[in-house]
Amino acid sequence: MKKILLIFFISLVSFSSNAQEKKSKNAKHNIEVNGNCELCKKRIEKAAFSVPGVKSATWNPDEKVLHLIVNEEKTTDLEVQKAVAKVGHDTKEVKATDEAYKNLHSCCSYERN
Amino acid sequence: MQKQLLLLALLLISATSFSQELKGKITETSNANQPIIGANIQWLNTQIGTTTNENGDFSIPYKPEFTKLIVSYVGFSTDTISVNSPDFITHSLSQNNNLEVVTIDSERKSLQKSYVKTANVSTMSSKELLKAACCNLAESFETNPSIDVNFSDALTGTKQIKMLGLTSPYLMITEENIPSVRGASQAYGLSFTPGTWVESIQITKGAGSVVNGFESISGQINTELIKPVNDIPFFLNFYGSTDSRFELNTHFNKKVSDKWSTSLFLHGNTRVAKNDMNGDGFLDNPLAKQINVLNRWQYTDLEKGWVSFLNFRYMNDAKQTGEMNFDKDRDKLTTNYWGSEIKTERYDISGKLGYVFPDMPYQSIGLQTAFNGHNQESYFGLNQYDINQKSFYSNLIFNSIINNTLNKFATGLNFTYDQYDEFVGVPNIYRNFDRIDNSVGAFFEYTYDNTTNFSLVAGGRIDNHNRLGTFITPRLHVRYNPWEKGVLRASAGRGKRSANIFAENQQLFASSRAFDILNTGGKIYGLDAEIAWNYGLSFMQGFTLFNRSADVSVDFYRTDFQNQAVVDLYASPQQALFYNLNGKSFANSLQVDFNYEIMRHFNLRTAYKFYEIQTDYLGGSEQRPLQAKHRFFGNLAYETHIAEKGQQWKFDFTYNWLGKQQLPNTASNPPEDQLPEYSPSFSLMNAQITRTFSSTFEVYVGGENIGNYKQEKAIVGADNPFGSNFDSSMIYAPIFGQMYYAGLRFKIK
Repeated sequence: MKKILLIFFISLVSFSSNAQEKKSKNAKHNIEVNGNCELCKKRIEKAAFSVPGVKSATWNPDEKVLHLIVNEEKTTDLEVQKAVAKVGHDTKEVKATDEAYKNLHSCCSYERN
Repeated sequence: MQKQLLLLALLLISATSFSQELKGKITETSNANQPIIGANIQWLNTQIGTTTNENGDFSIPYKPEFTKLIVSYVGFSTDTISVNSPDFITHSLSQNNNLEVVTIDSERKSLQKSYVKTANVSTMSSKELLKAACCNLAESFETNPSIDVNFSDALTGTKQIKMLGLTSPYLMITEENIPSVRGASQAYGLSFTPGTWVESIQITKGAGSVVNGFESISGQINTELIKPVNDIPFFLNFYGSTDSRFELNTHFNKKVSDKWSTSLFLHGNTRVAKNDMNGDGFLDNPLAKQINVLNRWQYTDLEKGWVSFLNFRYMNDAKQTGEMNFDKDRDKLTTNYWGSEIKTERYDISGKLGYVFPDMPYQSIGLQTAFNGHNQESYFGLNQYDINQKSFYSNLIFNSIINNTLNKFATGLNFTYDQYDEFVGVPNIYRNFDRIDNSVGAFFEYTYDNTTNFSLVAGGRIDNHNRLGTFITPRLHVRYNPWEKGVLRASAGRGKRSANIFAENQQLFASSRAFDILNTGGKIYGLDAEIAWNYGLSFMQGFTLFNRSADVSVDFYRTDFQNQAVVDLYASPQQALFYNLNGKSFANSLQVDFNYEIMRHFNLRTAYKFYEIQTDYLGGSEQRPLQAKHRFFGNLAYETHIAEKGQQWKFDFTYNWLGKQQLPNTASNPPEDQLPEYSPSFSLMNAQITRTFSSTFEVYVGGENIGNYKQEKAIVGADNPFGSNFDSSMIYAPIFGQMYYAGLRFKIK
């Protein structure tokens, strides 16, 4: 009995430290997106908007961070990163294909790691 | 037991490796002791985040693979911090909503036309307002090519503005988006806002937004006053001119607490001497005195998302004009000498409350309410006119998005109430026109912007008005950028309004005309509502010329009246007839602008305007009187570099050429009281020089109508003002002649 209780409490602890958060309809997310000039800003933001569930998208060229407000019930960070990578901009988890990168306007050719 | 302890120990280790915490404190850059409460702290590319507590402290789970921490807060610039270890972090955020009034960056144009706004809006900043002698809103448009400024009559000195060829009753004039100059204040209302109170003016051509109301027909002028939160502690302006006009403006501002700020604006002006430069025996501009007081309070609670404004305003204005020998105590309402007095008293109380949802910055709700009382008592020779108006206005607006910020909408409810006590005592009409107007409306406006090259604003509203009935007002604005620096705009919309025929045509009281309203079936003085459609097309192209920036734009607008309260001065010089439109009435206007930056800090603005404004009067189709078909405008502005201590010179020169204007019919008068069918064309020139000694003190001198052009025979029948030919309302040019002025501005920051 004691054993069972002990395992039960330990699993409770580990469970709670990994507690799932409720999905928010207006969650603030920030994604690293690589790019250069102001021209990139429109392309990145437009790509983000093409993903249903993205409510607001603002890309900061100095920080190279895309600030989003997303409806977590409709989409995830990964979906947005895929959409942005598709138009040629590298993100943290999803990289753009070489083809998409080459298609960018010359001023947008950011440094790729 | 040992196995269990080991298991527990392992679990605890893994738990602690996850529960290693990064702690820190976030403060404001401007004040290191001020913590930011509720700032968002989030690891980049994760959903792990927290917020700062009431001391600005936070604690967030840490893992070595998390390297970038995002710190953000509404109203502050977001920062990304590189984190390499769980050491305590102190970081400060800078406010990004601090609007500095003084801009050292002189590239910012004081008159801005946008390539991305959907509607055809140009914005005048306070810097632009300083260029003209301007002392009040009516005089602020001298350097703006889209607005024509004329004198309304030979006596009251009131400047009348026109946009797209139509007078101010057809414009919606708002102050911070609350309708301000309307009804009783239509004639002189623009002179009741001192120029120094104004932060910026937005001028929209074409039917305005449905959010503000249904009355706008040819455009909208919105004035933003200086907000207490952005203001400097003290400002003083003193002005004097050769026509004996003196003005004094003082502004006080105090940040009472971190959420409350207040401003007190005091204005006084007077004209003390009798001027008769053209020798017709009448004063060229009125003796005047005005005092104007505004107290504003602003509440901002950025973390909770609340903003609120509260305004209290009082104005008292008195003007006296007429013959030089007129004595108001002895000769009022007699036939000794002709004279006129206009006394106006006005108070306003208005409030705005806005709430921005903290986690949804694109969603907000706002309530605007305004209550004002306006009382004018006046006489013009033997004609009397008194009007008292009490108004209540309220507007509830909800802003949000559909799916994402590319699709925005605004919707809401609107209620207005006006009570008029109006007495008209003129030949033929001697009675009260007391009435109540009220309306309830709902509106919806959708904005789409693809952030690349296309946007549109489509709005509609439905109103129920006790005099105008139930009606729908649609408005559409579209913008398309076909290529770089090119923008094409189109707009269409309908407007409906009740014409306050006496309040809007007060210049006719200063004449011997007999008034007659020919219709009796309608609900507005016997007339029907004015309804008009406005259509517009405009194209602007920016380009470089000899390596400097330039732009060209072409605007074409047409206003088509379905019904209009026609003011007929052609039927007879002894009559002013008011009747419903029977036939067509339209106003076509074409404007071509060319702006060029000749050198750095040296800018040229030019505009050519063509107007075709025609109405079917009883006697046939005629051009609207006192309107030039062709106008040309030019402005040269030069400023020197701002030196170390803030020293600068600014030079401004404005040139206006007006083509001939058709004059009201005076053919049946005896020859000495006749005016030609058309006025001559003429030019006017204004100039101003400003010397800024430091960022706190500057002086300016200038001249208006430097060429000294005066209208010959400004007042018809001046030798016999109580006879049947007297008319001071047929004004096509300045009356006073050249006028020079000087002033100083002093600031404490």
